[in-house]
Amino acid sequence: MAKHEYSYYPGCSSQTGASSSNLMRSVDTMCEELDVKLNEIPDWNCCSASIGYGKGSVLPRMSLSARNIALSEEHNPDQDIVATCAACWLSTKEASERLHEDEDMFKDVNTALAEANLKLNNKTPIRHMAEVLIEDIGFDALKEGVKKPLEGIKIAGYVGCQTNRPFGIAGESFENPMYLDHLVDALGGDSLPTYEKKVQCCGGALAFSEPEKSQEMIHGIIEAAYDNGADMIVTPCPLCQANVEIYQDEINAKFGSKFEMPVVYYSQLISVAYGRNSKDAALDGQLVKAKKLEDIAG
Amino acid sequence: MSLNTAMVEKYRNNFIKEVAGNVEEGDWVRMCMQCGVCAGSCPLGDAWEHTPQEIFMLIRANKRDEVLKSDSMWMCTSCYNCIVRCPRELPITHIMHGLASYAKKLGLAPKENPTQWFTEVFWENMMKKGRVNELKLGLSLYFKDGFAAGIKEAMAHQKLGMNMMKAKRMAPMEILGGHGVNDLSGLQKMIKKAQDIENERLEANAK
Ligand code: SF4
Ligand code: SF4
Ligand code: SF4
Ligand code: SF4
Repeated sequence: MAKHEYSYYPGCSSQTGASSSNLMRSVDTMCEELDVKLNEIPDWNCCSASIGYGKGSVLPRMSLSARNIALSEEHNPDQDIVATCAACWLSTKEASERLHEDEDMFKDVNTALAEANLKLNNKTPIRHMAEVLIEDIGFDALKEGVKKPLEGIKIAGYVGCQTNRPFGIAGESFENPMYLDHLVDALGGDSLPTYEKKVQCCGGALAFSEPEKSQEMIHGIIEAAYDNGADMIVTPCPLCQANVEIYQDEINAKFGSKFEMPVVYYSQLISVAYGRNSKDAALDGQLVKAKKLEDIAG
Repeated sequence: MSLNTAMVEKYRNNFIKEVAGNVEEGDWVRMCMQCGVCAGSCPLGDAWEHTPQEIFMLIRANKRDEVLKSDSMWMCTSCYNCIVRCPRELPITHIMHGLASYAKKLGLAPKENPTQWFTEVFWENMMKKGRVNELKLGLSLYFKDGFAAGIKEAMAHQKLGMNMMKAKRMAPMEILGGHGVNDLSGLQKMIKKAQDIENERLEANAK
């Protein structure tokens, strides 16, 4: 039996062929290494993220998250739900908390769920993969498994918004969370704790609908990484990763910059440091190649 | 009578009561002490015609149209800066989402605002399959201003699309179907029920 076992909510953007499929692949590798077993919630649905609200009002949105929790409680009983997408984690945890506080809404949601023959007990903790790494495994244990330290790579830890607010990781501050820096250090890399844009918003879903305004913020996020001497950026959030990585050509054309900054996931750093190859770490999924990581991974 | 007219008649000059009774977390607006912390927290701050602080003030001042027709709420990136900073612990993000969705329900949301449009496309895309089809979502975004503009937009991002495909992060076959939930009819019935409960309540409130 695996050392740790969870009910897994992968989210739309992590599916095969979707924009964050490199997150999914590297998470699989990382979990193999850490002896973590993820049991996907059968027939999970989209949570509607932080953008569905305009058309989908409160109760429909709560029902979407409730359906995932109910399915998890039915098929993966007694397992914490773990999400890798910041927005998935946030909407699911938010729904769970609000349905605890608001009894009428809890009743309404169960009336809606009955249409799909489901019932919500709402007894399941909703957690982020970062919490699993920090709280259930711990930096010391993570450090012990390192086979190829990320020596000489300077890595800016970009936490973003939704992994950090409103819930965040226990013991961390909203304005200056340190866990990505601790993780980089544990893996033998060089953290850049003075990186000042670590919790700057990238525009989130508004990167699609308000591209000019968002790209200005993304420009600042990358520029600050260069100013701090970073070789690459690491992030826990799939939308942050996509937003900061994929528009660099457009940003260069607009701002006259020459950005070519790799943006990777923590799960890719761990996979490489644990001795896995570039393919297992999904480094082939990068638009801006993370050469220094590839060199170590081989 | 439209829902909007019914609400105007019902709550005559008491917009804060209308918000408290019909908008997600709207009863919290009364708790705002106008300290201004949230006003400095929005990442797209310059683009907000009225900051959250101002919106709460305008609600008290009965400026119904000015609030509901504003594109301000649609500038919210859901960054949750305001929520963790507000000394009165108002769930500001949710109130912004709630005001936006209420304005849209009443037909007052600014039609030319791209985010109010995107949120609708996102929701509809998701409801068809239970999961989001990113390729279709991207394409409909390009074509929002019509066919000619769409081609231009798609061309401008062509290199990005090609790169994503090469990196296997955009599957062209998705346009033919793609990912979805198995119990789609159960999911859709569930959402329909949730919407019915909510709409019945709104209509009862408007009487
Ligand atoms: S947050 Fe994004 S990826 Fe996660 S389920 Fe919702 S829409 Fe899908
Ligand atoms: S940084 Fe961007 S993508 Fe990440 S959580 Fe914030 S808005 Fe979302
Ligand atoms: S921070 Fe809170 S109390 Fe202060 S103006 Fe904003 S909503 Fe009102
Ligand atoms: S969550 Fe929305 S309202 Fe709050 S600070 Fe961010 S953008 Fe502004």
